[in-house]
Amino acid sequence: MTKTPVLSVRDLIVEIPTRRGVLRPVDRVSYDIHSGQILGVVGESGAGKSMTGNAVIGLLDRPARITSGEILLSGEPIHQLQGEPLRRLRGKRMGMIFQDPLTSLNPLLTVGEQLTETIQEHLGLSNADARNRAIAALEEVGIPAARQRIDSYPHEFSGGMRQRVVIALALCAEPELIIADEPTTALDVSVQAQIIALLKRLCRERGVAVMLVTHDMGVIAEAADRVAVMYAGRLAELGAVRDVVMSPSHPYTAGLMASTPLASIGQKRLRQIPGSMPRLGALPDGCAFHPRCERATDQCKTGGSPTIASGGGRAACIHPLPAAKSEVTQ
Amino acid sequence: MSDISTKPPSRMRSIWDSDLAYSFRRSPVALVSALVVLVLVLCAVFAAFLAPHDPFNPATLNLMNGFTPPNTNNAFTGDYFVLGTDDQGRDVLSTILYGMRISLFVGFAAVLLAMILGVFLGLLAGYAGGWTDTVIMRVADVQLTFPAILVAMLIFGIAKGITPPEYRDQMAIWVLVLAIGLSDWVQFARVVRGATLVEKNKEYVQAAKLIGRSPLAIMIKHILPNVLNPVLVIATISLALAIIAEATLSFLGVGAPPTKPSLGTLIRIGQEFMFSGEWWILFFPAATLLALALSINLLGDWLRDALNPRLR
Amino acid sequence: MNKIIDVSNLNRIFDVSKPWLNRVIERKEKAYLAAVSDVSFGIEENSVYALVGESGSGKSTIGKMIVGLLSPSSGSVEINGVDLMREMDKVKVDTVRSDIQMIFQDPYASLNPRWKVRNIIAEPVAARGGDTKGLAEKLLEQVGLSAGDADRFPHEFSGGQRQRICIARALASGPKIIVCDEPTSALDVSVQAQVLNLMSDLRDELGLTYLFISHDLTVVQHMADKIGVLYLGRLVEEAPRETLFANPKHPYTQMLFDAAPRMDSFGREIPPPQGEIPDAINPPSGCAFHPRCPMATEVCRREIPALRDISGARVACHLAE
Repeated sequence: MTKTPVLSVRDLIVEIPTRRGVLRPVDRVSYDIHSGQILGVVGESGAGKSMTGNAVIGLLDRPARITSGEILLSGEPIHQLQGEPLRRLRGKRMGMIFQDPLTSLNPLLTVGEQLTETIQEHLGLSNADARNRAIAALEEVGIPAARQRIDSYPHEFSGGMRQRVVIALALCAEPELIIADEPTTALDVSVQAQIIALLKRLCRERGVAVMLVTHDMGVIAEAADRVAVMYAGRLAELGAVRDVVMSPSHPYTAGLMASTPLASIGQKRLRQIPGSMPRLGALPDGCAFHPRCERATDQCKTGGSPTIASGGGRAACIHPLPAAKSEVTQ
Repeated sequence: MSDISTKPPSRMRSIWDSDLAYSFRRSPVALVSALVVLVLVLCAVFAAFLAPHDPFNPATLNLMNGFTPPNTNNAFTGDYFVLGTDDQGRDVLSTILYGMRISLFVGFAAVLLAMILGVFLGLLAGYAGGWTDTVIMRVADVQLTFPAILVAMLIFGIAKGITPPEYRDQMAIWVLVLAIGLSDWVQFARVVRGATLVEKNKEYVQAAKLIGRSPLAIMIKHILPNVLNPVLVIATISLALAIIAEATLSFLGVGAPPTKPSLGTLIRIGQEFMFSGEWWILFFPAATLLALALSINLLGDWLRDALNPRLR
Repeated sequence: MNKIIDVSNLNRIFDVSKPWLNRVIERKEKAYLAAVSDVSFGIEENSVYALVGESGSGKSTIGKMIVGLLSPSSGSVEINGVDLMREMDKVKVDTVRSDIQMIFQDPYASLNPRWKVRNIIAEPVAARGGDTKGLAEKLLEQVGLSAGDADRFPHEFSGGQRQRICIARALASGPKIIVCDEPTSALDVSVQAQVLNLMSDLRDELGLTYLFISHDLTVVQHMADKIGVLYLGRLVEEAPRETLFANPKHPYTQMLFDAAPRMDSFGREIPPPQGEIPDAINPPSGCAFHPRCPMATEVCRREIPALRDISGARVACHLAE
C-alpha cells in the first residue's frame, strides 16, 4: 500500500541528560500506524514504551527531549512543534488516554463542560451544537442516559464509566490518532474487556489510528493489529500481532510470551527469563538483551546494537528464532 | 539511584555522592548562605577569643569611651574600636559577638524543644488517631489562632511571675527558650502528623504490626526515620524564626536582660540613639541579625526544594 | 488432610459514614459497607488456596483478618485451632503469630526505606529476642539473592528483588502459612515468573501453606490447588482448580473467564460482559450478581443464594446445577 500512514516515527531518539551521563529512554525507534489500525506497544517497566507515546504527543517532561529522528502526522513533521501550534494539534488531531481516568479529568468541572470546551476550542461550534455533540460522544462510548449524566462531575462516575468519558474527550474533536497509555491497567477484568471492545469498535468505525501502550501481552493479543515489542528503549520486534504472538522472532519476545502463566498451564514451573532488564545508565554493549539471552554469541556482545533493519525486517536480532514468517500484512 | 556494585561505598563517599550533596554543590545560594551561617556561628562560639574587649566586665569598661564612632580612636582615651561603642563605652563588635551567642543559643534550644515536643505529639496524633488525635490537633489549632509572639509573651509573663526575683536575670534565657519553644511546636506536630498518616498505611508498617511489634516501637523505629525529612526543613526555617522571635521579645523588653544582651536587646538599646547621630549602635546588630536570619532561611528554602522529590 | 486454617461465617462491616457534623447538616443516616459477608472456607496443610475477585470483592480484607491485622465484625478465623482474636493464652498467640506471615502487593512500600536489608529480614526474629546472627544472609541466599546484599538499602534493588527480600522476611520466623496479597501484580511478566517459581520451590522445600489473593486468573490457575471466587464480599463459588477451570458453574465465574484476555484471542468478537460492579454500600437485593446475570430470574432478585455442593464444587447460585 502506498497510503501515507497516520503516524510515522522514524529513528526517534529521546535523551535525558543527567549528572551521571546521558540516558536514552528511546533509542532509534521507527514504526508506522495506518488509519483504522491499532498498534500495540508492549514492554516491561522502563522499556521506554510510555516515553515513546509522550514524545509523539509532545508531552515529554523536561529534561527529556527529542534529539534525533522524525515524527510525521499524516506526512507532516510535528517533532519540532512547540507551544501554541503543538497545543492546537494535541486534542484536535491527536487524543490521549491515560492510565488513571480520575487524574485526567478536571474534578471541578462537569463532564459536559469539559467536553463542550474541547469541542468548541477545536471545532468552533455554537454552545448548543457543542452540547449536542458532547451528548453524542458520550452515547457513542456507551454511557447510558448520556443526556442526564452530562451534567455530572467526574467523581460521580464509576472507574469504567470515567475511562469511557476520557475516551469520549479524546475522540470528541475527531482526531486522526489516539495514544492510549495503559488505558485498562487500573480497571477490573470485566471492565477491561468492555473498554478494549470499545476501543476496537471506535477504531474500526472512525478509522482512527490507535497507539495502545501496555505491559499486558493478553491485551495486545486481544486488541492490536500490529505489535511493537520494546526492550531497554529499543524496538526488539515489530510485526503483525498473529505472527509475533504465534511465532516470535526475537528471543526476548519469545521469553516474554513463555513466562506468562498461560503458556505453562499444567506445568509445575513457569519458564522464566533469567536476570532483569538493565537500567538505562548501565546498558551492556552490543545487543541490550544478550546477558539474558541463551542464543547470544560473541557477535551479539561486541557488535553495535542491532536494529530491525539490520535484523532482517522483523526482529532486532542477529540470531532470530527460526520459523519466523515474513511480514504478512502492512 | 546509585549503582549496585560489588561493595557498598564508604560512608563519607556515599554522603558526597548523594543527591542532596550534589544539589548543594550546584546551588550558589545554598553555598553562600551556608558559609555565612558557618562564619557567624563560629564567631559566636569563639566570641571569648575573638572579641577585642570584654563588654560585660564592668572593670574593663570606661564610660569615657562612650559613643565612639566606628573605625576611629576615642577622642579622650585614644582606644580604637572597629564598629564603635555604645552609650556605656562597650565595644559594639564585642557585644554583637556575645549577643549572637545568646541569640543562637536561644534559637537552637527553642527549636530543639519545639521539635521534640512537636514530633512526639505529631507521631502520637497521626498513629493513634481517634480521640488522641482530636485532642492534640484541636489544642494545636487553638494555639495557632494566637500569634506565636503573643503566646511566647504569655508564657514568658507567667514564667517570670513564678521565678523568684533574684534568679530572674539568670533564668531569663531559659524562660525565653521555653516560651519560644512552646509557641512553635504546632508546625512540627502538623507536618509530622500528616506524614505519619501517609506512612502508617504503607505495607512495611503492616508488616511490623504483623510481627507483633508494639505501637511505640513502630512509631519510633519505623515511622520516625521516614518523617524526618520535612522535620529537617521546618527546623531550619523555624531556627530563623526563633532567632527573630527572640530578638522581638528582647526588643520589647521582655527577653534577654541588658546585662546579658542578645541581638534583640542590642537593637533596643541602639534604637534610642538612631536619630541622634549614633547610628552604628543600631545598625551593626541589626545587620548581623538580618544576615543570620536571612542565610538560615535561604538554607531552609534550598533544603525544602532539594528534599522534595517532585521538584527534582 | 487436616485444615490448618478454618474460616467460619466471617463478616466485616466498615463504618463509612461522613463525620457527625456533616451527617447532621445533610440529614444523612450512618452508612455501612459490608466488605465481607458470611464467608466460610478451610485451607488444608501444605496446599495453595486462592481467593480471586475484582475490586471490592473483599479478598484483601479476608487476608488481613486471617493474619490478624483486622478484627472480624463477627465469625472466626482459627489457625491450627487457635482463634487469634479470642485466645487468652499468650504463648499460643505468639506461636500462631510466628506461624503465619504475609507478603504484600507493593514491593516499594513494604520495605522500610531507612532500614538495611539485614535488619528488615531479621526483624521478625529480633523483635522476639531471638538469635539473628547470619540469619539474613542465609535467607537472602535461599531466595536467590547474595549474602552481600544484607548491607544494602531497599532503594538499591529492583521490584522483583525487593519482592524476594519480602519473601525472605516472611520466612525469617519459620512460618507454616504465608498469606500472599497480590504478590506479583506490581511486577513485570518475566519477573513475575521468577517470583512465582521461587514461591513454588519454597513451598516444596519448607512444606508451606499459601493463601494466595489475586485478581489474575492466569496466576491463580498456575499456583492454586483450590480456588474461592468472591463477588461483593461473598463466596460465590469454590472448587479444586481442575474442576473450576474445566467447568465453572457460577455465571460470575464464567463471565470472569470469558473476559480475561487470552493469547490466542486475535480479533475475538464476543460481546463483553454487561454492567459494572455495584456500589457495595447499597448492594442489589437477593443475589448481588443478578443485575449483570444473563440468566437471572425472580428468585435471584429476592433471595440470597446459599452455597450448595454441586458435583465437587460449592456454588452460591439458585440456578446452577
